[in-house]
Amino acid sequence: MNPAASFSRRDFIRVSALVGGGLVVSYGLTGRAFAQSPAIDNTARAFTPNAFIKITPDGVVTLIAKNPELGQGVKTSLPMILAEELGADFSKVQIEYGRLDAQLGPQEAGGSMSITDNYQSLRKAGAVARTLLIQAAATTWQVPVSECSAANSCVTHAPTGRVLTFGELATKAALLPLPDENAVVLKRPKENKLIGNRVGGVDNPAIVAGQPLFGLDQAVPGMVHGVYVKCPVFGGKVVSANLDQIKKMPGILDAFIMEGTTDYYGLMPGVAIIADSTWASFSARRALDVVWDEGPGAGHSSAGYEAQATRLGATSGDVLRNDGDTAAALAAAAKTVEGAYHYPYLHHATLEPMNALAIPQADGGMQVIAPTQSPEDAQSVVAKVLNLPKEKIKIRFTRIGGAFGRRLVNDFVAEAAALAQHVGKPVKLTWTREDDTQQGKYRPVGWHFLKGGLDASGQIIAWQDHFVTIGLNSTQNAGIAAEMSSTELPCRFVPNFRLERSIVSTNVPTSWLRAPGSNGLAFTFQSFIDELAHAAGQDPCGFRLALLGSDRVLSGTGRWDPDYNITRMKRVLRHVAEKADWGKKLPKGSGQGIAFHFSHGGYVAEVAEVSVTHDGILSVKSVVASVDVGPIINYSGAESQVQGSIVDGLGAAWLQEISLDRGRVVQSNFHDYPLLRIDAVPARIEVHFIQSDNPPTGLGEPALPPLPPALCNAIFAATGKRIRRLPIASAELNWA
Amino acid sequence: MASFTLTVNQQPRTVSVAPETPLLWVLRDSLHLFGTKYGCGMGLCGACTVHLNGVPVRSCQLPVSAVRHTPVTTIEGLDPAGRHPLQQAWCDHDVPQCGYCQAGQIMAAAAFLKQNPAPTEPQIDEAMAGILCRCGTYLRIRAAIKDAAKASGGAA
Repeated sequence: MNPAASFSRRDFIRVSALVGGGLVVSYGLTGRAFAQSPAIDNTARAFTPNAFIKITPDGVVTLIAKNPELGQGVKTSLPMILAEELGADFSKVQIEYGRLDAQLGPQEAGGSMSITDNYQSLRKAGAVARTLLIQAAATTWQVPVSECSAANSCVTHAPTGRVLTFGELATKAALLPLPDENAVVLKRPKENKLIGNRVGGVDNPAIVAGQPLFGLDQAVPGMVHGVYVKCPVFGGKVVSANLDQIKKMPGILDAFIMEGTTDYYGLMPGVAIIADSTWASFSARRALDVVWDEGPGAGHSSAGYEAQATRLGATSGDVLRNDGDTAAALAAAAKTVEGAYHYPYLHHATLEPMNALAIPQADGGMQVIAPTQSPEDAQSVVAKVLNLPKEKIKIRFTRIGGAFGRRLVNDFVAEAAALAQHVGKPVKLTWTREDDTQQGKYRPVGWHFLKGGLDASGQIIAWQDHFVTIGLNSTQNAGIAAEMSSTELPCRFVPNFRLERSIVSTNVPTSWLRAPGSNGLAFTFQSFIDELAHAAGQDPCGFRLALLGSDRVLSGTGRWDPDYNITRMKRVLRHVAEKADWGKKLPKGSGQGIAFHFSHGGYVAEVAEVSVTHDGILSVKSVVASVDVGPIINYSGAESQVQGSIVDGLGAAWLQEISLDRGRVVQSNFHDYPLLRIDAVPARIEVHFIQSDNPPTGLGEPALPPLPPALCNAIFAATGKRIRRLPIASAELNWA
Repeated sequence: MASFTLTVNQQPRTVSVAPETPLLWVLRDSLHLFGTKYGCGMGLCGACTVHLNGVPVRSCQLPVSAVRHTPVTTIEGLDPAGRHPLQQAWCDHDVPQCGYCQAGQIMAAAAFLKQNPAPTEPQIDEAMAGILCRCGTYLRIRAAIKDAAKASGGAA
């Protein structure tokens, strides 16, 4: 029998991939066509057992990094998983990156899911390739496969010491039938050689050399530069603009009004300026004079939202959850505590502003090269805006200069595509820092009106929260990332629990910011738990352990609400207390604060230590974190994520606020939306991992939520002042 | 438009741009040296830091007409082989997360170490406080600068 006749279509794709330079050929060809082709001969072939791995006869091992890299480290850690099972020498592999490709599965980087979703499938992909390479070597040597092993991109026959490189085996391995990926043997954790080590980011050498990796660094011949000016009041429309004057400015090629849509997350109305350089477009932007129809949003302000929230907080809201009888328990409580908490709108403030390069294609389609966290969404959004089928939209994603959730929304991609379609040329769209700050998709503002009751022994017996959140021009539906799960701790930990919700109608588009929901809720709840601990006269750490209660697993409802393992949470809490020397004697003006939070499948507890001068100058002395996200893939990357989340949490809780006046975002650049600077970063940020044998989960987000409450609880310990309103910078911290 | 001949990374480069164009955009748009980054356009973030005759400057605030013949060094020209002790230390310490600010960090640190080859931690903080990192890689920046100082012969 012709060996090719039994090949499945999948095999065909695999083998033919190699011939002629290693690119995957058309899926439309049939196995029959293949059988008749001269492809099976003794010519050298690349080995591509799946979409993630390619090994060419010259020994080059190429691994795909399938998800966008935005600083969370997946361009390194995902290929590490492949390389571990494959037995590749990671220091020599080539990493391929940046193409939206259905063969690679979901490619969005969000929700700290890249590791969670891909760990098992990438291990299998690596193990399939290793199995075939070993089989090819065993056949060559006429020895049992059990006597062969793969490491350092070679297969070794231990009894005789013979070695063949992956490159030498590629051609033979390419012709072997694929094993069932569920039947291949995966490495045991103790066999790991790469996973768990400190591995530097694969792009580090290029980054430190200033190579053009980012979205803003992309350029193609014939490219023009664009800015797109939208109404400073969200939802406003263009009435007229001084286009004639703008068009006469140096370097300006065109200026026009785009009607846009009413989709705050897509293409909004605005004025486009097309220029021969970025600077010319920025200069013209400053001279642009637009008459706006600002619409009803012009009357909105933060002060107005706050007044509504306060009024709503004094009434009753929709009851989202009601366990036991909270009113009766509060009435019977030995002690009650009340607190009104507030957190502001926040901006993602990625250092690389929003930008995209859109290139019209000869077939009427569009290619977009952009720093997007969600290439799939980018494709959908562009297809919708251009009224083209998705197949006509090609997306490439670059390395991303920070995202934090902002680039899950592809408004900037839609704008670049619309401008390029209009002018029929490649357009590089660049948002100014001011555009970026004032046309954001913000972390929702929120208010919580809390009441807690303690029994005589100091246990929490009642918890009531009236959560006042926001809707986008709606009092019925909460905005994006403005919902709250009714399983959020301390729900299920307190017998009498009542959660009410009201919605303030706002005109500010919101979205997911690092640890969405959790980034405001952990501050609120872990601070109020601290208030209750102090009211009970108990140690805040011991009080929390008692609240968590017995070892058990609380069932979740699925992907975004996973099971909550109390044993793991108590372990990180005890661990951080030990490592931070919790409870040590400190003078007045210094204090420790503790907090924990479960999000994105990760268990994190943190202790912050601060000192505050008599006149209220805050300095953060140290932060210690204990983290359980299962086994660590890249120790260096993981540690860096936790350190970064802590610095991020410090900056956000301490300094940052977006506010609205006359419908406009007040802040515009880093002078009024400050990032934490190096001189405010504590000398000591200590990160501990408890590497449980649970499945590994992501680390881009879960280390952030405990920081703001740990910090505020430390400020209370130091000064007796309770922070119920962020940012901390708005509070007077002086003490006598 | 006017013609300017600059010395960038020891090479003469002639560009034709409006005189008020910031050096940043001349480097990026005219010379395709993309290592120098746009972050804020107001001299607030330091991502655009380059050396002007060895002195760190914010290239977003410097009109090209003011550069004249003063030699400009960008991240691409910091070391011919890309092996400046700071570049090496940045890799050793796995400093970058997103990486966008790091060219500015390295350029600021390189100028600083020339002035102060053996800095203390507070001196490092003071010198680097003008360069923002949104990812919060500051701890590793401190460690990498200390290491590079040692590697360059500065006592630590």
